[in-house]
Amino acid sequence: MVDFKPNIIYFICKWCTSAGADLAGTSRMEYNPFGVPIRFYCSSRLDPQHILWAFKNGADGVFVGGCHPGDCHYQDGNYKTRRRILLLKHVLSELGIEEERLQLNWISAAEGKRFTQLVDEFTDQITSLGPLRLKDL
Amino acid sequence: MDKLIIDGIETEPDPSKTVLEVAYKLGIHIPTLCYHRSLTPYGACRICTVEIIWKGRSRLRTACTYPAWEGEVKTNSEPVVKTRRLLLEMMLAEAPASPEIQRLAEEYGVRESRFKVREEKKENRCIQCGLCVRICEDVMKVSAIGHKERGYRRTIGTPFEKESDICTTCGACEFICPTGAIKVKQITERPITRIASEFELGLQERPCIYVPFPQAVPNKPVIDRDRCMYFKNDACRICEDVCEPEAIDYTQEEKIIEEDVGAIVVATGYELFPIEQIGEYGNGRNKNVITGLQFERLLSASGPTSGEVRRPSDGTIPKEVVFVSCAGSREPELYKPYCSKICCMYTLKHAMLYKHRVPDGQPYVFYIDVRTGGKGYEEFYHRGIEEDGILYLRGKVSKIFEENGKTIVWGADTLTGKKVEVAADMVVLANAIVPSLGAKDLAKKLKMGIDEHGFLTEAHPKLRPVESLTLGVYLAGCAQAPRDIPETVAQASGAASKVVALFSEDELHHEPTIATVDEDVCSGCGVCIPVCPYDAREHDTEKKIAKVNEVLCEGCGSCIAACPSGASQLINFKDCQIFEMLQAAVGKR
Repeated sequence: MVDFKPNIIYFICKWCTSAGADLAGTSRMEYNPFGVPIRFYCSSRLDPQHILWAFKNGADGVFVGGCHPGDCHYQDGNYKTRRRILLLKHVLSELGIEEERLQLNWISAAEGKRFTQLVDEFTDQITSLGPLRLKDL
Repeated sequence: MDKLIIDGIETEPDPSKTVLEVAYKLGIHIPTLCYHRSLTPYGACRICTVEIIWKGRSRLRTACTYPAWEGEVKTNSEPVVKTRRLLLEMMLAEAPASPEIQRLAEEYGVRESRFKVREEKKENRCIQCGLCVRICEDVMKVSAIGHKERGYRRTIGTPFEKESDICTTCGACEFICPTGAIKVKQITERPITRIASEFELGLQERPCIYVPFPQAVPNKPVIDRDRCMYFKNDACRICEDVCEPEAIDYTQEEKIIEEDVGAIVVATGYELFPIEQIGEYGNGRNKNVITGLQFERLLSASGPTSGEVRRPSDGTIPKEVVFVSCAGSREPELYKPYCSKICCMYTLKHAMLYKHRVPDGQPYVFYIDVRTGGKGYEEFYHRGIEEDGILYLRGKVSKIFEENGKTIVWGADTLTGKKVEVAADMVVLANAIVPSLGAKDLAKKLKMGIDEHGFLTEAHPKLRPVESLTLGVYLAGCAQAPRDIPETVAQASGAASKVVALFSEDELHHEPTIATVDEDVCSGCGVCIPVCPYDAREHDTEKKIAKVNEVLCEGCGSCIAACPSGASQLINFKDCQIFEMLQAAVGKR
C-alpha cells in the first residue's frame, strides 16, 4: 500500500481550471504528480461515459474541474456538469465504486494555489482509498 | 419719438421687458441688490433707480420694475447718482456691518451716513431686500422664513424664532443674500450637508449643477439628480432662469447606448485602497491625513487651493509633511500583499514639489524599499535627496494620531534601529492601488478572468500580456495590475495594435472545434437544442434531425455530452479521441 501510486484522471476546462493549473505551473508551485490532466473546452463536454470508461480501464480517481458558478465561459456549462456529476455519483455507488473517487471542483484561472491544494487533497484521498478493484461486470 | 435710448444707445422699445433687462442686454451696468432673474421684480432696494425722460419730463424710476417703453433712459446722470448716494447712506445706517454695502457706498463716494445708526443695528447686515423670503416661498416653495414686525424693527426669520422644521437646507437664502446677512444654520433644525466635489476628492464643495472636472468631454455641466431641488421637491429651476442659451433640459436621462463592436479594450483603471480601512492611520478621521491623489489636487494650479500647499483642517501652510509609502501595499497580513509600483516615484515627486512650494518646509518619507526601476528614476531619487533635502527614513509607520493640532507620526528608522516620532502638520499616504469598483462586474460580463485581488488576468503572463482569454477583448493599464504611465501607454499601444491586426484581416478566424451531426445516426430527438447556450442547435424540419449553426457554435460541447445516440460530435474532439487520450492516460486497456 505504501508504494501505491494512484492513477488519477483530471478533466479540466480550458478557461478556468486549466488556466489555474497553468498559473500553478508558471508560479512554480508543487503538487502531487499522480495523474494526467485532459483538457476540455468546457466541463460540460464531459460525458458521464468518459468517467465510467476511465474507472473501468484503470483510473483510481477522477477529478473534474470547472469554472465557479456564474463564471462559465459558455454561460452555464458548469451547471450542466454539476447536475450530471450529481446523478453519476448515485450510479457509481450502485456499481461498487466509492463516491469519493469522483470529485467536482470549481477552480478559477486565478486560483493556482487552490488547484494545487485540491489536487493534493484528492490524491491523499485516493491513496487512502487504495486501488480501485472492480468486480467483473 | 418711438425709440428707446439708454445712455445714448438706441434700441427698440419692448414693454414686455423691463429697462433693467434691456440695459443688461446692451451691456449697460445698473447696480442691483434686491433683483434676481428667477424672481419677479420687487423694487425694494431702489438702488437700480434710473432717470426716465419722456415727452420732456424727467422722472426717477426703478429699472427693475419699469417697462422698456419708448423714451430716454439715463443710468448714471446726476440726479440718479444723487439718489443712489442717499439710498446708500440709508442702507449704511440700516446695515452698517455689511461689507458689500460698504463697498458699494465706497464706489459712490459715500463714506459716512448722515443718519444715526441705532444701537441694535450696529451688527446688522440685512437691508430687508426680501430676496431670501421670496426665493424660499416662490422658487423653493417652502416658506420657512418671513418678514416680521414693522418699521425699523422689521427683521427676517422663522416663526416664533424657532429652528425651522420645514426648511429643506437647500441654502438658496444664503446663496441669494446680497449682503451675506442670512445663514442657513440659524434657520434649520436639520444638519446641513455640504456636497463634496468628487473630482477634488472632498477638498472642495460643489453645487448641484456642475462640470464634473475641468477637462470633461463634453465640457458641459451635469445635474446631480439625487440632490437637485427640482428633482427632489419640484422647486428651484434657477439654473434654467439664468442660462441664456436655454440649454438646461430637465428631461434628459441616462441612456444605454448599444453599439456593435469588433473588439473591446478594457482599461478600467484603478482606485486607491480606502483610507477609512486603515485603522492605524486614523481611518480617515484626521483631516490632515490625506491620500497622494488629494495632495496632487493641492499641488494643482486649478485645484482647490490654486496650487498652494495648504492643509485641509485650517488652511495653514504645513511646515513638516510626512509621506508614508506602502499604505496598504506589501502588507499580506492586513491589507494587500502586492507592491503598488507607482507610489515610490509619485511620493518622491510630491515631496520634491512640496519642497519647491514651501522652501522652509521639511518633507519626510517613510519607506520599506525605494523602488526606482525605470529610465531616469534612480537619478531622480538622488536629486530629491541631495538637492531638495527630502529626509528618507527606512521603516513602516505604526500609528498616526492627532495631538494639540499636530499630527503625530510614530515610526521607526530600521537603519539606526531607533524609534522615530514626527510632530507633522500634514501626512500624505501612498495608498495601495486597487481595481476600480465596477471592474469585477465588467469582467463577469466579458467573461474575463480576474485574480484574487480583482485585477484582470491576461491570456499569458509572458507571451500574451495585452490579450484576455476571451477572443477580441484586450487589456490596458491598471485594470490588469498596478502600472505607471509609460507602461500603461506601452500596453495600451500594444492592445490597440492587436485590435488593428484583428481588423485588418478580411475574415475572422474561429476555432475549428465545433459541433457536427452524423446525419445517419441522429434521430432528431432534440435533446441537444435546449442545452445549447448560443442557440446554435436547431431542428432541420426537412431531414427531421438536429443540425448545427456553425457560425453560432462556440464549441463548448454541452450538446455532445447530452446527445443520447452519439450522433453529435465535436470536430477534433470526438468521443473516440477522448477515449484514446484516456487510454494513454490510464496506461492499459
